Amino acid sequence: MKFSEQWLREWVAIEADTQGLADKITMAGLEVDDIDPVAGEFSGVVVGEIVACEQHPDADKLRVTKVSIGSEEIQVVCGAPNARVGIKVPFATVGALLPLKEGPGNFKIKKAKLRGVESFGMLCAEEELGMADSSDGLMELPADAVVGQDIRECLNLNDKIIDVDLTPNRGDCLSIAGLAREVSANFMAQVTEQQVADVAAEIDDIFPVNVVAKEGSPRFITRVLKNVDVSAKTPLWMVERLRRSEIRSIDPVVDVTAYVMLELGQPMHGYDLDKLNGSLIVRMAEEKEKLVLLNNEEVELNSKTLVIADEQKALGIAGVMGGNDSGVSTATQSVLLEAAFFDPITIAGKARSYGLHTDASHRFERGVDFQLQRKAIERATALIQEVCGGQAGPVSEVVSEELLPALATVALRADKVESLLGIRINNDLIEGLLSRLGLELTATADGEWTVAVPSWRFDISIEEDLIEELGRIYGYERLPETIPTALLKLKQVDEGKVKEADLRRVLVGRGYQEAVSFSFIDPKLHKQFDHQREAVALANPISVDLSVMRTSLLPGLVKTLSYNLNRQQSRVRLFETGQTFVRNGEELKQENHIAAVITGSRFPEGWTGKNEPVDFFDLKGDVEALLDMGGAAGEFHFEKGIHDAMHPGQCAALIRNGEVLGHIGALHPTLAKEFGLDGSVLMFEAKVSPVISGFVTEFNALSKFPEVRRDLALIVKQDVAADSMNRMIREVSGELLKDVRVFDVYAGKGIEEGHKSLALGLTLQHASRTLKDEEVNQLIDSILVRLEADFGASLRS
Amino acid sequence: MENLETLVSPIVTSALSEVEAAANAADLDQVRVRFLGKKGELTQLLKGLGKLSPEERPKAGGFINEAKQQVQAVLNEKREALEKSALDARLASETIDVTLSGRGQDLGTVHPITRTMERITEYFGNIGFSVAEGPEIEDDYHNFEALNIPGHHPARAMHDTFYFNDSTVLRTHTSPVQVRVMEAFAKAGTTPPIAIVCPGKVYRCDSDQTHSPMFHQVEGLYVAEKVSFADLKSVLSDFLRVFFERDDLKVRFRPSYFPFTEPSAEVDIEWGTNEDGSTKWLEVLGCGMVHPKVFEYSGIDTSKYTGFAFGMGVERFAMLRYGVKDLRQFFDNDLRFLNQFN
Repeated sequence: MKFSEQWLREWVAIEADTQGLADKITMAGLEVDDIDPVAGEFSGVVVGEIVACEQHPDADKLRVTKVSIGSEEIQVVCGAPNARVGIKVPFATVGALLPLKEGPGNFKIKKAKLRGVESFGMLCAEEELGMADSSDGLMELPADAVVGQDIRECLNLNDKIIDVDLTPNRGDCLSIAGLAREVSANFMAQVTEQQVADVAAEIDDIFPVNVVAKEGSPRFITRVLKNVDVSAKTPLWMVERLRRSEIRSIDPVVDVTAYVMLELGQPMHGYDLDKLNGSLIVRMAEEKEKLVLLNNEEVELNSKTLVIADEQKALGIAGVMGGNDSGVSTATQSVLLEAAFFDPITIAGKARSYGLHTDASHRFERGVDFQLQRKAIERATALIQEVCGGQAGPVSEVVSEELLPALATVALRADKVESLLGIRINNDLIEGLLSRLGLELTATADGEWTVAVPSWRFDISIEEDLIEELGRIYGYERLPETIPTALLKLKQVDEGKVKEADLRRVLVGRGYQEAVSFSFIDPKLHKQFDHQREAVALANPISVDLSVMRTSLLPGLVKTLSYNLNRQQSRVRLFETGQTFVRNGEELKQENHIAAVITGSRFPEGWTGKNEPVDFFDLKGDVEALLDMGGAAGEFHFEKGIHDAMHPGQCAALIRNGEVLGHIGALHPTLAKEFGLDGSVLMFEAKVSPVISGFVTEFNALSKFPEVRRDLALIVKQDVAADSMNRMIREVSGELLKDVRVFDVYAGKGIEEGHKSLALGLTLQHASRTLKDEEVNQLIDSILVRLEADFGASLRS
Repeated sequence: MENLETLVSPIVTSALSEVEAAANAADLDQVRVRFLGKKGELTQLLKGLGKLSPEERPKAGGFINEAKQQVQAVLNEKREALEKSALDARLASETIDVTLSGRGQDLGTVHPITRTMERITEYFGNIGFSVAEGPEIEDDYHNFEALNIPGHHPARAMHDTFYFNDSTVLRTHTSPVQVRVMEAFAKAGTTPPIAIVCPGKVYRCDSDQTHSPMFHQVEGLYVAEKVSFADLKSVLSDFLRVFFERDDLKVRFRPSYFPFTEPSAEVDIEWGTNEDGSTKWLEVLGCGMVHPKVFEYSGIDTSKYTGFAFGMGVERFAMLRYGVKDLRQFFDNDLRFLNQFN
């Protein structure tokens, strides 16, 4: 909320300067965002009245005016379109200092000649005085401005606008009166409340009101004002105060209702009495009922919306915005003023649901003092009469006392204060501090009270709320800091589980950079990588390209890879960990995945010789390193796999205990083309949890006996998977086999078409004795028999 | 005897000159064989000793042995010299430009967001906090209701929530994880203390220069008997000083409002000075004492336990720590950006 500092100081006199005031209320929880002077620094500007205005002899767009400043009349050449006889405007005399539009400093007004005509000073627009960012003509002052008076005095410009960012619980501070209460509590100063004298009714007119939706509107007060002159000008001081709270002056009735809202915190509404049919009805809207609001927009209402209607139609959304048809206009002669207490829960969220946010809804949602309505309508009546004249009818109130909020009483214990704040505050101080906030304490025992909460404090309902108030007024900065003591109890740590941080470090050690991408992606991108599954879609995405939740980390990584290739990078190695989202019927699976993509040369550019582009096995080596980390490498294996985004001939599924955990492969050429990628791109993705779950090492005693190495050169068909042979060999060999690995793969000359030669190296060792040649030979023979039976493998001759 | 002398001297002279002339180890070995080998010239002389009288033998033997030793010494010296020069030549020939770069992968980098989250969780881990994680697609109950933010609450408007449907949202903060952890405690019948930090992604429907629709938070929760605001102040002040490695970092606690804590505070740190010389404060944390309603929702006994909770934006910490000015760069994943964080 923005407000005039002077206005606040009228309500509560304190000695602190602006910064001191701002610092204090900030530290009391009313955070000051900004302090701005209401106008730029300037001097020598007075109220001038244009008493003559003639066309410049040599310039179409210029006028030669005579400006009265009381003591004399001065010739000024002016180009503003609204320059005319009779208006009062700010006049910068010769020697005046005006602010520069940009930055600090000022410039001096000098005597000048414009197209041959002398000019002694300048007529000013708001922009030129640093009161607005732009303006389209001279600033027109009200008729009651005193000619010759310094404009800073006339407009009260030695004032600052304070912008305070109020938290949603402090609706009670959305007014000068509320802020004054808070300032008074913090500075121990008295509030000098504006005395609102009741305006006696001069006429008997009341307008019938029927409150149907009583829960939503427990108090509804109206008052008729007749023979009101809406064409009267709102007084300058009021216009200026409204402006300082960013409210534009419209007409005196609307201005007064806004002014009372700013001053007391009660949003009000003024109807043109002659446009109302029969009676006012406070009711829930009908489904699809239409209403044209003050902003000229037509809305379609729903039945959860409280409206103010007459006997024909809805006139406005209660607590949000009035309607276009029934509002006050220049033609208005009689006004019906409304000041209501609307139930916060009924109003909450309504403005937002219609795409609106108004000063009224902002206040009603947070809670308006339910005892304020009568005072507000008296204040508004008095102000309207002051400006527009007219006769007021009696105040008419429709109230459902039982539906009004109850005045809360909350128990408070000094012990609880101590346990929550960590400091003992003595009883007298507790009473003193809280009563400054309008809370009334009644002692029930030593260090125990019941506290009556004032009607404007909607946010205080439990003991902790009171303790917060106490801490706030006592000063958070004065509360102690104590290092907590806790039991020295060790946390459980599962050694068999690889830490995700370690997973990352291994990849970093192998040259990868970690990426963090958005979890929502373009549905088209999703489809490119995942043909079957429907992605979970946001109902209100920021944009289409961020509208569905990723089922895989790969779209984001490939996009990032392509982003970097387009920025003169040729070698990219990226990985990411993060949640993926898959809907499976009713069930929504949110699983952590790890993924990586690589492209470009195998190694960074260097001088040490040939540097080939990466291929499948580069990435696979890195993946195998990850799988080794938990000591459960033996439980994982790869099989030829299928993945929508991968090359069908270069894709493997990663499997553990029969479950597919993920895939590794080359980016499908079709996709590569769509991304405009020409080099080979390899990628991998798997679920994190099975990858990181391993075992604690169980040490095997070192055998003292020699290892035996046997190499087998085998011919098999091209489509035989080497790893399946390895797995069979492990199974057949049992504990004797220490290692089996493929050390050569060859196809071509000397090998039959469609076949390949595989060289396997087997390392055998016995734990407790030297292996005999015969038993090794026997084992190798049995392996060869199985190799032939299972894989059609024959020894290469 | 003179005879022997005249016989030995030229052999020695010749041996010495041949040793001197030897260009390499092989030449030298030939010289050794020729003079000192089994059939070498000096060895042969020794074998001729038998022809001498027993009286003459010792002297003659000593004389020949002396000559042998003389040759052997020179030969050894020469061998060492040859070996040294061969080694020198080899070392010279094997000299490389050691300033050329090494072979293999360059070191990669952990993303600065992750790095920052790891640091934060490490510090809290050091004083006994465990890491807890939760789902990013969250139900309305855990994201709002159980945190004392009912449907009509104005605080909901501040959250700019992404919805899937009426009851499912992208979590707007990491606070629902604390609810889930407390629920799990209550369900398992485990009693506090509870000390957790919850790092993770959060989402708000807001995107401009200073807002990203996805960002990261670390939430913290400490529940035990007799936990007070004074404990909260101490732990968070300490954390901030450790995180920024500044013992003199000024920290202030400012009253604020969150539906799930009471009392609530925002925490500012001193970060440079304003134009007018006054301290510039930067908000870095939100915190407070856990609201009794939140405890009630999660089944924690409010008569016995109190607790504090806090939440911090990871991007803000990373930006301050590393001097990153533009929030959006974190999610561009430009290699030139990422490269700088090792």
